[in-house]
Amino acid sequence: MPDSLLEIRSLSRSFGGLKAVDEVSFAVPAGAIKSVIGPNGAGKTTLFNLISGMLACDSGTVLQNGREISGFQPHRIAELGISRTFQTTKLFSRMSVLENVMVGRHTRTKAGFLAGVLNLPWTWKEEREIRERSLELLDSLGLADAAGELASNLPFGRQRLLEIARALATEPSLLMLDEPAAGLNIYETREMADLVLKIRGWGITVLLVEHDMSLVMDISDEIVVLNYGRKVAEGEPAEIQRDPEVIRIYLGGDHA
Amino acid sequence: MRLGKYIPILTVLLLVVAIQLIISAGGANYYLTQLTMSAYYSLVIIGLCLLMGYAGQISLGHAGFFAIGGYTSAVLTTVNLMSHADSSTVGFLKRLGMVFERQDLYGNTLLAFSPWLAFIAALLITVVIALIIGIPVIRLRGHYLAMATLGFGLIIYRVVLGTGFLGEADGITGVPGFPLFGLEVSGALSRRVSNYYIAWALVLLGMLLAMNLIRSRVGRALRSIHGSEEAAGAMGIDTARYKLATFVLSAVFAAVGGIFLTHYNGSIGPSEVTGMKSVRYVAIVAVGGMDNLWGALLMSILLNFLSLRGVFGSYDDAVFAAILLVIMLFFPDGLLRAPGLRHLTILRQKAAALLRRSKPRGAEDA
Repeated sequence: MPDSLLEIRSLSRSFGGLKAVDEVSFAVPAGAIKSVIGPNGAGKTTLFNLISGMLACDSGTVLQNGREISGFQPHRIAELGISRTFQTTKLFSRMSVLENVMVGRHTRTKAGFLAGVLNLPWTWKEEREIRERSLELLDSLGLADAAGELASNLPFGRQRLLEIARALATEPSLLMLDEPAAGLNIYETREMADLVLKIRGWGITVLLVEHDMSLVMDISDEIVVLNYGRKVAEGEPAEIQRDPEVIRIYLGGDHA
Repeated sequence: MRLGKYIPILTVLLLVVAIQLIISAGGANYYLTQLTMSAYYSLVIIGLCLLMGYAGQISLGHAGFFAIGGYTSAVLTTVNLMSHADSSTVGFLKRLGMVFERQDLYGNTLLAFSPWLAFIAALLITVVIALIIGIPVIRLRGHYLAMATLGFGLIIYRVVLGTGFLGEADGITGVPGFPLFGLEVSGALSRRVSNYYIAWALVLLGMLLAMNLIRSRVGRALRSIHGSEEAAGAMGIDTARYKLATFVLSAVFAAVGGIFLTHYNGSIGPSEVTGMKSVRYVAIVAVGGMDNLWGALLMSILLNFLSLRGVFGSYDDAVFAAILLVIMLFFPDGLLRAPGLRHLTILRQKAAALLRRSKPRGAEDA
């Protein structure tokens, strides 16, 4: 598949005797919204941690545009244009909303320790650009009014948005969203779906982990279904909805 | 150009001058000695505040870095090379001004390294040791990092006590003054006023550099590591590298404090290296509010001054340990953010917001 932005080959990771991710392979085409679904404990978040470098895999490979990136440190993967959010938001709670997004500009800017300590004039321009780009992002996600607030003072739904804004600030080619609709009400979930579509419209490929089927079915181009760490189905939403194995996992069988 | 952020530094500068004028007018210049010493200890505090308050990493071994700076400088400036005076290396260093002759306290002629050479050597050794300790240790978190750095501090303490050329329990005396742009860092009574200003110039320079850092891209990265190491990594921040660099930087701050205080006192001893000294530094940063450089500086001057005046008597160490305990239990955000004092902070923030609003867009502070 030459058009895959991201490709995962036989990725595995165990915790003790538990195979959290077991020989999972799939590809994420450039410009698509691809979703990974499955019941709790299916290995979705582990998969995200493996791709983003927060966990080392036991075996298998992760390729970005055909280049192996498995084994890289998280910051290297972010530099390469793969950014993520977290299931339980991990904002920098003692920093302002604007500062949170400004941290996201880190990989695209370069003032180091010496430049910082000496407050070198060339850094002023860079700082101004960081600030302006971050304000623009906040604006496009409807958070501009809260720029000066402490991140921890935002209501939950807006914290989610802020995490996405922060991830977008790294200028990713692939944005990985870990259960962006968890804890949101149906209206907020709808807005989240629109936002994901908007992000794809900006030319950013999206990999989505989600528990909420309604969100996934509406916006995904392709879906991967995981259960007990294994891939059980892959295809377009309509195919997945008809898949007997998926129906068994979600609607009945031994673990509803 | 943003001048607004230099207002605190200018304010403190004015205060420093005012305090000196008042003290000197009152004929109580001996107070300047303790204020000078407090200033040098405050350099340790500034560095530790960057490490603890901003990068979120603890060190219970900073007295060790203070000692590495102070002892290296003391050893190199008091060693007698007279017996090697004929060697070509010593002769070469002498021509460069790196080794020079002076009289010690008893009138004997001594051939020792120049304080500037010792200063550079002390900083290099500090950086190397901070890297050797930091590389394995900074990956640890929380209690583990605290214990590892405590262990480092204790090792330095026992090494100092057990090593002959470090003076064992007696320490090293007869450390010469440190020439600085026509002035001299030394404890001579005639130099009391100038030394007060030298020390405070160094503190304000340290504050300026630290403030610059925390307002920069790197400072933001450090605070983000404090907030969530995982998320910082996901934002592309090389957390291990940034933590290590901050550890080394804070060690250098501590060493500089140690070097100059040693030249000022003319001596250094093992009491500077005890685990309790490290605990004291941590207590001061905590009481100042962790991520509050000015609070830490204020508390450092206040508490070190009282301690050096002997106000706490034999309970000196107990007082600092108690402070740490009380702060952790009741005021985890520091004394200046304690309920009764919180309105002060709010007032300051309001003033800052007002200042910001009166300026054109893009001129505000981070």
